[in-house]
Amino acid sequence: MSASLRTDGAREISSPERSGSVLHAWVTTVDHKKLGILYIAAGLLFFVIGGIEAIMMRAQLAQAANTLLEPQEFNRLFTMHGTTMVFLVGMPIVTGFGNYLIPLMIGARDMAFPRLNAWGFWMFLFGGLVLYMSYFASMGLYGAGTAPDVGWFAYSPLAGKAFSRGNATDYWILGILISGFGSISGAINMLTTTLTMRCPGMTMNRLPLFVWMMLVVSFLMLLALPVLTGAQVMLLFDRFLGAHFFDTQAGGDAVLWQHFFWFFGHPEVYILMIPGFAYASEIIPVFSRKVIFGYSFMVAATLAIGLVAVGVWAHHMFTVGMGQGLNIWFAVITMLVGVPTGIKLFNWIATMYGGRIQLRMPMVFCIAFLGQFLIAGLTGILLSGAPLNWQLSDSYFVVAHFHYVLIGGLVFTVFAACYYWFPKMTGRMLSEKIGRWHFWLFFIGFHLTFTTMHVQGVLGMPRRIYTYPAERGWEVWNAISSTGAILQGLGVACFFVAVIVAFRRPAQAGPDPWNAWTLEWSTSSPPPAYNFLSLPEVRSRRPLWDLKHPDDPDWEHE
Amino acid sequence: MSQAPALLLEESPWNRGRVGMACLIFGESTFFCVFVVAYLFYIGKSATGPQPGDVLEFPWLATACLLSSSLSAGLAVSALARSQAVRASLMLAITVGLGSAFIAATAVEWSGLIYGHGLTLGTNLFGTTFYSLVGFHAAHVILGLLMLSLVLALTLAGRVSAEHTERVEMVTWYWHFVDAVWIVVLTTVYVVGV
Repeated sequence: MSASLRTDGAREISSPERSGSVLHAWVTTVDHKKLGILYIAAGLLFFVIGGIEAIMMRAQLAQAANTLLEPQEFNRLFTMHGTTMVFLVGMPIVTGFGNYLIPLMIGARDMAFPRLNAWGFWMFLFGGLVLYMSYFASMGLYGAGTAPDVGWFAYSPLAGKAFSRGNATDYWILGILISGFGSISGAINMLTTTLTMRCPGMTMNRLPLFVWMMLVVSFLMLLALPVLTGAQVMLLFDRFLGAHFFDTQAGGDAVLWQHFFWFFGHPEVYILMIPGFAYASEIIPVFSRKVIFGYSFMVAATLAIGLVAVGVWAHHMFTVGMGQGLNIWFAVITMLVGVPTGIKLFNWIATMYGGRIQLRMPMVFCIAFLGQFLIAGLTGILLSGAPLNWQLSDSYFVVAHFHYVLIGGLVFTVFAACYYWFPKMTGRMLSEKIGRWHFWLFFIGFHLTFTTMHVQGVLGMPRRIYTYPAERGWEVWNAISSTGAILQGLGVACFFVAVIVAFRRPAQAGPDPWNAWTLEWSTSSPPPAYNFLSLPEVRSRRPLWDLKHPDDPDWEHE
Repeated sequence: MSQAPALLLEESPWNRGRVGMACLIFGESTFFCVFVVAYLFYIGKSATGPQPGDVLEFPWLATACLLSSSLSAGLAVSALARSQAVRASLMLAITVGLGSAFIAATAVEWSGLIYGHGLTLGTNLFGTTFYSLVGFHAAHVILGLLMLSLVLALTLAGRVSAEHTERVEMVTWYWHFVDAVWIVVLTTVYVVGV
C-alpha cells in the first residue's frame, strides 16, 4: 500500500492555508480521484473552447451570403471544433470518469499504475496545448496558415505537403499523436485495474455495468488508437522525410489514409458512446428504484457492439467507390449494430417500467438521452444503406446524425453523470433549480439546432461550406439552427453557474445522497485518499443494497 | 452463487504486471499491423526502381541471431528464478550480444541499400514502406536492448535477485514480442514481398 501512503502525504500538504501547496499537490498527484477530476475539468475547459468555435460557425451560417468570417477562418474553425470535441473533450471526460470511478466501484485503493496514470493525463493536456499552439506558432517557413484547416480527418492528399503548406497540419498531427499516447496508457491502466484489482467477492459477474462497459471501451482504445498513431506517423514521414505513403503522384493511395483513419475513427465513435451507455446504466436503475433489467444481456450487448465496431469503418467511405462487394458488407454489418444497441435501449426502458421514477437532474438527462439516441440510431441505419448514403453523404443530414449521437447521446449522459457524481467528487449537491434551466435551455437549443439540420441535409446543403446563396430554401432552417446554438450556449453557462453556486454552499451531500447501490457510495464524499477504510463483503451486484437491507439481500435472488 | 468463495486475486498468475505488459503488447501489435498492411498494400506499386527482388537478400544471420536471443533471454529468467546470478548475467549478456548483432546486420544491410542501390525513404513506395516497417521494428529492438542492458548492469552490480524474477520476465516478454514481430516482418518483406 505504498501508493496510498504517498497520496496520504499529498493530502496533508494540501491544507487550505497554503495555496501554493494546493497547486503543487494537484500537479504532482498520482491519486486516481484527483487525476479523474483533472481530466474532467480539462475536458470541460476544451468543451467551452470547442463550443465557442461552434457558435462562431453558426453565427457565420445564420444568414445567406454572410461575410462575418473569411472562408479560410471557417475551415480552421470546423477543423479545430471537430478535433477538439473528439480528442480533447470526449476522450478526457470518458477517461476521467473511468479513472475516478473504476477503483471506487471495484473496491480498490487506486489504479494499477498510478504514476503511469499521471503521465497519461499530462500527455493528454500537453497534446491539447500543442494543437492550440498552432494558432500562434504554425506560420512555418512559408508564412502560410495558422490553425489546421484540413478537417478533423485530415484526408490525403489535402493534408500532404503540396496542399497544406506551413506547419498547421503538423501541429494537428503532433498534438493528437501526443494526446493519443496518454489515452493508450489510460486504456492499459483501466484494463489492468479492472482485471486484477477487484476486491474480494467482486467477480466479473458482479461488476457494475459501468465497469464492464469501460472494460470494452479500454479494449477498443487499445485496438484503435495505435492505428491512428501509425497513420499519423506515416503522414509525418510524408510531410517531413519525403515518403510517399499518401502521395498519389508516386503511386501512393489517398484512399488508404481513409481506411486507416476510419479503422480508428469508427471504433472511436463507440469509445465515446459506450461510456454514455455506462453512465445511463448506473443512473437509470437508481432513479427508477429498480435493478437493471437484463444485466447479462447488457454485458453481452456491449461486447457485441465492441466486436462489430471493428468491422464497420468503411461505411464512412461509400462515396469513394469501393465496389459492390465491400459496399454490401459494410452496409450489412453496420445495420447489425442496431441489434445490440436496440437491446440496450429496451433494457433501459424495461428498467424504468413499473419503477418509482424520481425525476432528479441525472434521470432527466438520461430520459432525454433515450429518445435522442433512438433518433440518432435510426438515422444511422438510414445512412448505412449505401444508395441513400450516396445521396446524403457530406450533407447536413450527416452532421445532424452524428451530433444526435455525440450531443443527444454522449453530452446529455455526461451532464447526467456530472449531476450524479458531482456530490461524490466534492461533497456538494448541484442545484436542481439551476439544473432545470440548464436542461430545458440545452434540450430546446439542441433540437432547434440539430433537428432542423436533417432538413437542410435533405434539401442538399453540403457540410463545411462557409456560406450559401439565398435562393436555395436553406435560410430559415439555418437561422433556426443558429438560434438553437445560442440557447445551448446559455444552457451550458447555467451548468457552470450551478457548479460555482455549489462551491459557495456548505458541503452537505453526505456519502450516499441518491440512496444508490454501488461501492463508491459506501465511502465519504469526497472519498479519502485511500478510498476505503474497510470494504463490505461483496456478495451481489448491489453491495450497498445488501448492507441496507439485510432482511432481503440481493444475493438470495441472483 | 450467493456463497461463492471470495476470490484472492493476488494469487492469480495474471497480476497487474503481466496484464499491463500484455495490454502494451496488444497495443503495439495493432501499431505494427498498420505498417504491415501498408507494406502489403504497396507491393509492386512502386513507380520507379529499385524493386525488392533486385536488392533484398534473405537475412539469415540476423534472423538466427534474433530468434536465438529469445532462448537465452528465457534461460536468463529461469536462472534468476533459481538464484543463479552468474548464469543469469551470462545469459543476459548473450542476449544483448545477439540483439546487437541483429542491429549491426541491419546497419550493414541499410548502408548497402542506401549507398549501393540508392534506395532511401523517398526513392519510391518500396523504400517508404520498407524503411518505416523495418525501421520501427529495429527501434523496438534497440529499446529492448536498452532495457536488457540495464537489467544486465543491475545484475552485475548485485542488485537483481530471485525476488525480481517476475520484473525481469516482463522485460523478456517485451523481447519475445519484438522477436515475434520480426517473424511477421520477415515473412512480409523477405518472403511475400520479393
